[in-house]
Amino acid sequence: MNDTPAFVQPDPPLPSPAVASSALPGQAPAPAAESSPIVAFRNVSIAFDGPPVLDDVSFSVAPGETRILLGPAGVGKSVLLKLTNGLLQPDRGSIRLFGEEIAKMSEESLFPLRTRVGMVFQESALFDSLTVRDNVAYQLIGENVPDDEIDRRVHQALSFVQLDETFALYPGSLSGGMKRRVAIARAFIRQPELLLYDSPTGGLDPVTSTTIIELVMKERDVFHTPSLLVTHRLQDAFTLCTNRFDSNQGCMVRLPKGQTDPNTTFLMLEEGRLIFDGSLHDLLHTQNEFVREFIE
Amino acid sequence: MATNTIDRTAKQLVLTVQDYSLFAHRAVINLFRPPRYWPEFLVQSDIIGFGSASIVLLSGFFTGGVLALQSAATLAAFGATGLTGRFVSLTMIRELGPVLTGIMVSGRNASSMASELGSMVVTEQIDAMRALGVDPMRKLVTPRLFATITMLFFLTIVADAFGILGGGAVTVLMNHQDGTQYFSTAWESLHVPDIVQGLVKPLFSGFIIASIGCFYGMRTSGGTEGVGRSTIQAVVTASVLIIFVDFLVSRVLLALFA
Repeated sequence: MNDTPAFVQPDPPLPSPAVASSALPGQAPAPAAESSPIVAFRNVSIAFDGPPVLDDVSFSVAPGETRILLGPAGVGKSVLLKLTNGLLQPDRGSIRLFGEEIAKMSEESLFPLRTRVGMVFQESALFDSLTVRDNVAYQLIGENVPDDEIDRRVHQALSFVQLDETFALYPGSLSGGMKRRVAIARAFIRQPELLLYDSPTGGLDPVTSTTIIELVMKERDVFHTPSLLVTHRLQDAFTLCTNRFDSNQGCMVRLPKGQTDPNTTFLMLEEGRLIFDGSLHDLLHTQNEFVREFIE
Repeated sequence: MATNTIDRTAKQLVLTVQDYSLFAHRAVINLFRPPRYWPEFLVQSDIIGFGSASIVLLSGFFTGGVLALQSAATLAAFGATGLTGRFVSLTMIRELGPVLTGIMVSGRNASSMASELGSMVVTEQIDAMRALGVDPMRKLVTPRLFATITMLFFLTIVADAFGILGGGAVTVLMNHQDGTQYFSTAWESLHVPDIVQGLVKPLFSGFIIASIGCFYGMRTSGGTEGVGRSTIQAVVTASVLIIFVDFLVSRVLLALFA
């Protein structure tokens, strides 16, 4: 895999550097430093004409941390993700994003904050009337970045997801996996300070899923961007936890037996309530019936 | 049971009107605050204006023709066939031009806006736009609103002109009357209040078409079936509102110019 971390321009300024690193081959990264969280949910609840979709949910995402949100379909995982960047507003509770309270923030005030967050949607959500180039460069075009600069950065972003040849194509001519990778390139291009992935491997074949997870891992280990990843696929979650991206080899490599990425931790929802928050080790040894049943 | 249904329906109606009012308010004030998306305005003007020109032109021409055809027989009974031009021009400019153009453009563009925006909603493209820090109201709704108001104004003038032309064609070619008389009575009978009436109405119709089309599109839910439902609601509501508002505006302007 062609590793081109230089594609990301420091625009806007990068967040304070996370401690997580995978510098030495074979070693697990160090845990993220204690500092103010990028995202903090406190007692968040939301309902849509019925019982609560999320009920009294509290958790946080620290700088450099990757949190994997597990749970079966329909427990409110995507709703939680949309609450994180203000696409939905909670009925109760507090949500802090980059230190700012967004639970009651107006839509107008949220737009500048959202430009600092990259989001990959479940069904890619590419604009079907625009080319791949215009999709990936959507924010840059809006900021009146010169065309040649846009082309250069889009080529680099597409190279990162190994889809440079799709530059001039329309989303309609791409496969599901390719659309997902273009969506990832769109989310990465401005080097966001937080990444939200909504079931990035949902509906994809195992090979393509692994490619997507490798891209998520590459972003985690090369740029140390904090992220919140929603999935119901345990295999993807475990792969992220037990592997690291090796920049020298340009691919993911397994961590030594017994080691896991300390910055990748788990959350689990059941019927709108957060029933688990901890590491892979905690997840595998929990006594919670629902979690055990889900894992097994 | 029936009381509950009426209660629920009434509340739903009030909520919809409230949502629509807030939506329309946001769409309008966005024009006066940056960022403004002028390229989108030009693209929408092309789609709505030039795209609708042919149907407006044809419907105007044949409406004028049928007016001349129908009126000639009635006017002949009073020995007033020479007033055909006056009848056609006043009817076209004051009423039929604005209303017919509004309904034709509504059928074409309110449906297109509702289905396009509805599809974007159900495929999460609107959420993606918001997540990328772009306001869909500014980027999608406001340009459509002002493009429709602007282009409907000019389309109504085209419909009026072709309506009078159609009436003239029927008068000369089928009723075998004098063309000069037709056009001179058509011209002489027009006064400023008639023209003002005819040109104020498309401003309201344009607002109704775009705001209703975008409103139903943006509140689409329920997948592809929901897109179909939004499209139908948009066309039906816009068409009925155009006729209703036409009545109100006529009443106000007639009182004003009495």
